[in-house]
Amino acid sequence: MTPLLRFEGLGKDWFGVPAVRDLSLDIPEGQVIGVIGENGAGKSTLMNMIGGIVPPTHGRMLWRGQPYAPQGAADAKAAGIAFIHQELNLFTNLSVAENLFIDGFPRRPGLLRGLIDRRAMRDRAARILARLALDIPPDRTLDSLSPGERQLVEIARALHRDAALIIFDEPTTSLTHRETERLFQAIEGLRAEGRTVIYISHILQDVRRLADRVAVLRDGRLVGEGTIAEFDIPRMIRTMIGRDLAAVYPPRTSVPREVPVLEVQGLSAPGVIENVSFTVREGEILGLFGLMGSGRSETARILMGLDPAERGEARLRGQPLTGGPRDRVRQGLAFVTENRREEGLMMDASIRDNLTLPAIERFRGGLGLDRDRIADVAQDLRETVRLKAQDLGRQPVRALSGGNQQKVVIGKWLPTEPRLFILDEPTRGVDVGARSEIYGIADRLAAEGAGLLVISSELDELMGLCDRIVVMSRGEVVATFDRRDFEERRIIAAAFREATSAGEAA
Amino acid sequence: MTAAVSPQGALDLATRMGAVLMLVAIVLIFGALTPGFLAPDSLANIIKQSSFIGIAAVGMVFVLLTAGIDLSVGSVMYLGPLVAGLLMRDAGVGVALGLLACVATGAVLGAINAVFIVGLRVIPFIVTLATLFLYRGFGTWLVESRQLDFPDSLRGFGLASVLGVPVPIVIFAIIAAAAHVILRHTVFGRHVYAFGNDPLAAQKAGLPVRRIQAGVYVISGTLAALSGFVLISQIGRLDAGFGEGREFDVIAAAVLGGASLFGGIGGAGSAVLGAITIQAVKAGLVFSGVNLYLQPLLQGAVILVAVFLDGLREARLRSLRRRVIRPRAG
Repeated sequence: MTPLLRFEGLGKDWFGVPAVRDLSLDIPEGQVIGVIGENGAGKSTLMNMIGGIVPPTHGRMLWRGQPYAPQGAADAKAAGIAFIHQELNLFTNLSVAENLFIDGFPRRPGLLRGLIDRRAMRDRAARILARLALDIPPDRTLDSLSPGERQLVEIARALHRDAALIIFDEPTTSLTHRETERLFQAIEGLRAEGRTVIYISHILQDVRRLADRVAVLRDGRLVGEGTIAEFDIPRMIRTMIGRDLAAVYPPRTSVPREVPVLEVQGLSAPGVIENVSFTVREGEILGLFGLMGSGRSETARILMGLDPAERGEARLRGQPLTGGPRDRVRQGLAFVTENRREEGLMMDASIRDNLTLPAIERFRGGLGLDRDRIADVAQDLRETVRLKAQDLGRQPVRALSGGNQQKVVIGKWLPTEPRLFILDEPTRGVDVGARSEIYGIADRLAAEGAGLLVISSELDELMGLCDRIVVMSRGEVVATFDRRDFEERRIIAAAFREATSAGEAA
Repeated sequence: MTAAVSPQGALDLATRMGAVLMLVAIVLIFGALTPGFLAPDSLANIIKQSSFIGIAAVGMVFVLLTAGIDLSVGSVMYLGPLVAGLLMRDAGVGVALGLLACVATGAVLGAINAVFIVGLRVIPFIVTLATLFLYRGFGTWLVESRQLDFPDSLRGFGLASVLGVPVPIVIFAIIAAAAHVILRHTVFGRHVYAFGNDPLAAQKAGLPVRRIQAGVYVISGTLAALSGFVLISQIGRLDAGFGEGREFDVIAAAVLGGASLFGGIGGAGSAVLGAITIQAVKAGLVFSGVNLYLQPLLQGAVILVAVFLDGLREARLRSLRRRVIRPRAG
């Protein structure tokens, strides 16, 4: 049987540097194909070639056996390919129905054919939404919907176009568990209808659950392909990074000292957190765990000086922390947030500028800035955080993969010699290999005597990395676990306990 | 799920109501200060005079919806009627053909803006700032900066009325209604909103983004020329300085009426509401005998407030668009 889509020796060079090389693969019809690979492995380039955004420089594609060379997004769409990106292509100022039909509005008959037939549009939208069991009125404007609902609207759009191939690119990053579950059901429904799905994700469990086949990319090549039965998660990881990942979590190489770095005493903000106390010691990695709405991120925001606390205090090496983020940075705090793009980095500035900006005061020399020292320091930082970059002075941070961007965020704080790092979801959107390196950096920072407060919704990560874990629930600290007592079941139970009893009380 | 009003919808409503309230407040305040202001004649006159800015503001709304701007409208108001006037004076063309020539000139001038903005990807602000000077310069070169007198037939047209309604108001109403239908009920109109909301997504969705963006500048140029013609048809004479600085009135009217400078929000109603508000302020200041030199200052203040409110709304929308990872603490 002819595969729906076939790649024959497909390749794409960017100025002579191959992003995808000699890739041959069949996408059989009616299956879900998981495509995995580290950031920079060539997944995006491959998808862009399918979508007609970039033309291949080598090889060719066959769609249902016929040569397929799309010149633009419109060609891909016409062939029957739909993309569902992490960042949705929806218009928040239009209604659900308008979003569904934006590229093919139903028209009124006869003389009024210049006008959109709103009634037909609404009826047809309602029918499409019903097929996905989506209980959304077609007239609702999109910005009143949750991220998960919007994602389903995007799928509905692919459905009404009768797309034969639907490509999902990291669709679950901004979804809650419930929304993710609904998405998975929708994908399974698509397969049941005989549609073909390409599912790209860093979340290997999701790939395991959804995919019939797996294709693994590394350095632009196809390095593994087969049925899901052949690919358990360890094999996926092995194939992706090309070596055995002895452990994603490197061993801790130092022990915490007795001297406290951060002492949080009775911190309270009404309606958010209540009487939160804990201590981070020198050389210690302390994890802050909790479910959504437990107050862990809120605690971090208060510590960073982004939100006010009503009572209690936080002391950094004995000195009370006061003022806004700038003051606290001066007092020895460093923040590594999950929103690298918005808060952590200047995306279009060079890596060097990003690395050296927080400590720019130190590079004053002569009349202006001491450029040579800046270059030296940036070079040192690159070694320290094992940054994979071509040219620190020219390459914009935007051009780096998620993992390397995160390394820049961590690296840029180092010259200010912070005493306490607050890492908020430090590995979100970061691939497995780079993740391990970030954990290694965290370990070295601790070994050098800094304290680390790591906030994460992934318990695995905290258990692999931290010396102690503080569990929060309903805005309060409910338990603290030492490393030797780490046990997933008990930590999760602690995170849930208060939530359930409070739920019953309400 | 509750049928809650969308956050943007609510905000939109608030701004739209805000514009209405502002107009009502202005009318009442001036009415209280000077009783003559509220006379039917005076109010009708305000609406009639607002049609000049209003017609151009309708075009501006199209441009603002795409998050663009057209600074050249004041010069198009001058050059469009000028071309018509030369034809009418030297070639003996009638009013109808003159009007057609004027509107066609506006469309061409808008298309020139579009070529630079869409074809050469120069930002709209710079392009239309340049053509603001270029178009006027071309016009003053054509007539050597002399004033141009129109035949009497033109004034006959401008001062006529249809069923008791003055021609300018009739034209304004037709344009506003047509714009409303285009924006709400045609594919092009909805594409304009989509493009203004997220140009990149519009491109990825395969919308004809170049045609959309070019279209709004052609519309803006066309309507600017038409608005110039409407005013000239009442005066009967075109001075070298005609339309100068009007781009600010036009943009201010659109924004005052609720169109956002950031794109994607607003409608034909914004232009109508905003133009009347601006005219009411102008008339009110004259009526209440405020120092002539103080008037631009107060008008500027009104515009500043409108733009400031637009900025506030955009900031609020941005925060709403941010990813929510947990329910907000109540």
